[in-house]
Amino acid sequence: MSAETLALPTRRRRRGGDLANRLRPLGVIAVAVVMLLALAALLAPLIAPYDPTIGSVVQRYRAPGPEHLLGTDQSGRDLLSRLLYGARTSLMGAAVVVLLAGAGGTVLALVATWFGGRVDAFVGRVLDLLFAFPNLLLAILVVAVFGTGLAQATVALAVAYVPYTARVLRSVALRERRLAYVQAAELQGLSGVVVTTRHLLPNIAPQILTGAAINFGYAMIDLAALSYLGLGVQAPTADWGLMVSQGQDSLLQGHPQQSLLAGTCIVVAVAAFSVIGERLGGRRAGGRA
Amino acid sequence: MSRFLTRRLGALAATLLVSSFLIYAAMYAAPGTPESFLVQGRTVSAEVLASIRAQYGLDDPFLLRYWHWLIGVLGGDLGESLTTRQDVASLLMSRIPTTLWLTTYAAVLIVVFGVAAGVAAGLRGGVFDTGVLLASSVGFAIPTFFAAVLLMSVFSVTLGWFPVFGSGSGLPDRMLHLTLPAVALAVPAAAVVARITRTAVVEERDAEHVSVALARGVPWRVVARRHIVRNAMLPVTTIVGVNIAALVAGAAVVEHAFTLDGVGALLINAVQQKDFAVVQAVALVLVAVFGLVNLVVDVLYAVIDPRVQLGGESA
Repeated sequence: MSAETLALPTRRRRRGGDLANRLRPLGVIAVAVVMLLALAALLAPLIAPYDPTIGSVVQRYRAPGPEHLLGTDQSGRDLLSRLLYGARTSLMGAAVVVLLAGAGGTVLALVATWFGGRVDAFVGRVLDLLFAFPNLLLAILVVAVFGTGLAQATVALAVAYVPYTARVLRSVALRERRLAYVQAAELQGLSGVVVTTRHLLPNIAPQILTGAAINFGYAMIDLAALSYLGLGVQAPTADWGLMVSQGQDSLLQGHPQQSLLAGTCIVVAVAAFSVIGERLGGRRAGGRA
Repeated sequence: MSRFLTRRLGALAATLLVSSFLIYAAMYAAPGTPESFLVQGRTVSAEVLASIRAQYGLDDPFLLRYWHWLIGVLGGDLGESLTTRQDVASLLMSRIPTTLWLTTYAAVLIVVFGVAAGVAAGLRGGVFDTGVLLASSVGFAIPTFFAAVLLMSVFSVTLGWFPVFGSGSGLPDRMLHLTLPAVALAVPAAAVVARITRTAVVEERDAEHVSVALARGVPWRVVARRHIVRNAMLPVTTIVGVNIAALVAGAAVVEHAFTLDGVGALLINAVQQKDFAVVQAVALVLVAVFGLVNLVVDVLYAVIDPRVQLGGESA
């Protein structure tokens, strides 16, 4: 790596700098968007003007106005309130997926790296088997077994994400394991648990974090897709993916607000998380070069 | 090459065998009994229940039932739908054309638009480059089902250019029906491909061999084609392959959105109705296709880059 950097003129590095500068304001916007969405999710019960699950049919398809800022849906429910509450299921669900998959992947990666040999080979085989299933298919199968619902869909996606997380972290941990400080700790007679949790884990933490930020966007999309397919969050709970699906009939009748608003929320949130993930990953790569 | 193929096909067969067991075991472990779906909530006498259990072999031990199912699958008998009593194999065959057309159409769109946008952005730079970068960031964030709803809203409802639902019959009509679904399916993948292609092209453009070629007076057009794009295609092949393989499952969402009669829609309906006979058969077929597509991509990779040795241990 260093030889390559020496041999090349500074052109490559400068272009990287240009690009980073061009996209810098985007990072600030992304963080602001995520904070705003988190606030909306947290404060939904306080700031939502109406109950998200109760509406009256006489109020259906109201245009945006002072009474309903974003209008109402096919059941006369306030769309703004449903979007605010929808932020809760959409963000919380994705957060749980990322947390579970991150924890599972980290444990598998550390166990495989520490014991090596047969254990590593076995973990590798299990991961290969899971890789044989397309992500979404694995999630759909888990839902088929455990039933529909937010909790089931969340676990389903976490299972589907573990192989990717584990594979990336295993390669990082393996590189770290070969370094002198790990061997020094090992020679001092520290137990495997201590070395992995106190020494290895903190040193692969940046990669765990980057992976989580990147996975968050995918998790939001996949979770929304499951809800859209009727396999995730169930009516009448407010959820962005479910709202896109419920709004589809209204859209064909000329009332596109619900689908468009909910879908836009998903796009904005996912874009924000992917910008943050890229930024974290880029900084890491830049730091290492 | 042939040794590589035999080894990989063997590995695929082994994976499918273990997968078939996992899928069957998972469906077996799912709460609820098959006969309760068969009687659909009607109250039936114990004798009828017993005869149903006997007819479907539900009293056999688990391993025996798996064995019977596996032998059937190997002989092309995928079982019988619990809800419609239809033969799953023929049900599946009738659904395959739609999914095949849809995924092929989407794959072509991904390759053509993703790679073209990435190459143009990488070679030209400037405002166009920034535009492609931003568009790919947004495109990646658009879930396929939302792309489907958006396209439907604009091109079917407002403009009336395309039909809203159905798969159509005959080639021109089918293409017309599948255009919006294929575009919806291709959007996020094309965005990722464009992004990766751009990075690869920029990296090659800054490589020393390009400066050398230009210094020797090789025209820019030739350098761009032979030195930059051709070398940049290696990482692109991988990412295109990954994204096309993912269409196998991703098609389900778009088929559901446009009510197309594809394999994915069959799977979703079967899951919703808890028709496990159909779920396990479709899942196994999808895993097989997914494995085959990945195998083809690996072979293609070696064809494009002679330096890649297929004999080595693949990760």
